[in-house]
Amino acid sequence: MSTEQPSPIDSTTTSIGERFASLRQRFEVFEGDRLGQIGLAILALFIFIGIFARPYTIELFDFTISTPGLAPYDPGERAVGDRLESPSVAHPLGTTDMGRDVLSQLIAGTRVTLIVGSLAAFMAVFIGTNVGLISAYFGGWVDDVLMRITDIVYGVPFLPFAIVLVAVLGSSIVNIIVAIVLILWRSTARVIRAQVLSHKQRPYVESAQAIGAGHVRIMYRHILPNVLPLTFLYAAFAVAWAVIAEASLSFLGFGDPNMLSWGEMIYNVYTANAIREAWWWVFPPGICIMLFVMSVFFIGRTLEKEVNPELNHQ
Amino acid sequence: MTLLDIDGLKTYYGADDGWVRATDDASLSIERGETVGLVGESGSGKTTLAKSIIRLLPDNAEIVDGSIEFDGTEITELSDKELRRQIRWSEISMIPQNAMNGFDPVYTVGDQIVEVIRHHEDDTSKAEARERGRELFDDLGIDPDRIDDYPHQFSGGMAQRAMIALALALSPSLVLADEPTTALDVVIQDRILETIKEMQEELNSAMIMITHDMSVVSETCDRIAVVYGGRIVELADAETIITNPRHPYTLGLRNAFPDISDDDQELISIPGSPPELVDPGEGCRFAPRCPFAEEECWEVTPQPESYGDGHQVECHRADEIEHLQAEAGKKETWREQDLGDREPVGTADEQAAEAEVRLDD
Repeated sequence: MSTEQPSPIDSTTTSIGERFASLRQRFEVFEGDRLGQIGLAILALFIFIGIFARPYTIELFDFTISTPGLAPYDPGERAVGDRLESPSVAHPLGTTDMGRDVLSQLIAGTRVTLIVGSLAAFMAVFIGTNVGLISAYFGGWVDDVLMRITDIVYGVPFLPFAIVLVAVLGSSIVNIIVAIVLILWRSTARVIRAQVLSHKQRPYVESAQAIGAGHVRIMYRHILPNVLPLTFLYAAFAVAWAVIAEASLSFLGFGDPNMLSWGEMIYNVYTANAIREAWWWVFPPGICIMLFVMSVFFIGRTLEKEVNPELNHQ
Repeated sequence: MTLLDIDGLKTYYGADDGWVRATDDASLSIERGETVGLVGESGSGKTTLAKSIIRLLPDNAEIVDGSIEFDGTEITELSDKELRRQIRWSEISMIPQNAMNGFDPVYTVGDQIVEVIRHHEDDTSKAEARERGRELFDDLGIDPDRIDDYPHQFSGGMAQRAMIALALALSPSLVLADEPTTALDVVIQDRILETIKEMQEELNSAMIMITHDMSVVSETCDRIAVVYGGRIVELADAETIITNPRHPYTLGLRNAFPDISDDDQELISIPGSPPELVDPGEGCRFAPRCPFAEEECWEVTPQPESYGDGHQVECHRADEIEHLQAEAGKKETWREQDLGDREPVGTADEQAAEAEVRLDD
């Protein structure tokens, strides 16, 4: 596309108005969709908690902006209360075996979930969609090579692969994301390929060819928007899967030692041999993982309507 | 002035058991502003012939031989990029058979018209392109405000009109209409054809109308090319094809369409099925179904013979026109048993039996 022509002020304002309208329209799909709204609300809450979990100090020229953290205590500080103290006013979710505040840990752990969930899912779906699209669109040897690679990745079991990778490269959040992405793109690639195979035979693609569109234009401007509902759905799956994968890895003790996550919290309960007694320590991270995954699913389900006008207007 | 000159075009499809000769040795030239109808049954190669013109063919198809000269440019020698930039849509556009599927479902019709215009004219602004789209909608009898609707919100007739708007957006010199009215009922069909005709005259575009409907071509076309088995078997002005055809296939086709002025008319169908186009060998392709086929028809492929006024016929017996026309009007002539003693190369039964044998291997 060529760049926008410089336009007079009145048309600029209308274009801003239009943009605002289209933004509003974007959220219109959530109207009347209770599950989507719930998902959005839960996700917004988690994002808010994730951003403001710990106090910030931003120094901007002469100003120093500092925000208070949501976590009442430093999640890593020992003995802010007694060992394995059950919920009280001072510690709404009790304490750990080291006397750390569980609520503070839970709030701080939101960050890891958000980072891993969004980054890993975005990268995995990005790779998967491109592989699927290119593979199906060009076919022939391109398809063969890409799909055999996908087959090989399908043969790799996630946990052993991730454990070896993290053991070799060291357990950091970046390595965990890499391990998740390297496995996670495969299912998106397969599904997108199948969908594109059917779409590239449809008359609108031939129309686009007749109009004079080239390969890139047909692939990304015509076919991609048509398979986008699936991409969104798989992005939602991927976020959920990535969060669960990170929790599993952390539970097995391969989490990033510098960043506390919900999975690592459960690992700590387990190693402290406290699962039977300290329900206030086990349930909150488990429920948070569940809520987060659920909210992403609800949103994915609603977004499907946005990108597919036929669903939208039924 | 000749706009398009197709000479000896051969477009073949690669299949497992050889080349499918979907278009074999077709020659046709089209003047500016002229409408030519391509008539033939399903699988006769009429769409392949038309799509060869903008090289919009599947991967396994190949233009094996022949030339397509469009306005002085040899299309078969253009690179893909040149073809995309210079020819497709700006010079030759297409109205597909099913307009509903011809639009990309995720964009509004207006967006797609704007895209087409801006893709070929870099200096046209979005607003200008949109305005042109609205004008076209108006010309074609659609409410211009519906330009922001998605394709699925249109009815079949409207979608077809919108597709015509899209096809004419860049005032092309040639429009390929691939059965533009097949999916519509006769009333809408008539209106659409009228609209196409009007717009075409306004823009002075030439058109190739692909159809299997004799009534459609007789109404809209200046000239008609009858396609059978990948070959243009008869080519003449519309009047001649309807009233005075010389090829037995055209005679048969004419029998199969009702004449509104003749209430006693009995429709007569042509027995058999379209020929196998994989290595058809020598001889007339219509011979297996032709009631007038002789020894020569089975052995020598007929070449186009001229009968004055641009009337071309590929038939060995086209000279015996009075006899053929008289016989062709009788039902007995087209009885299947009359073909019984001939070698049944192309009949449906034979092909089915052959296919079964292949499966048994």
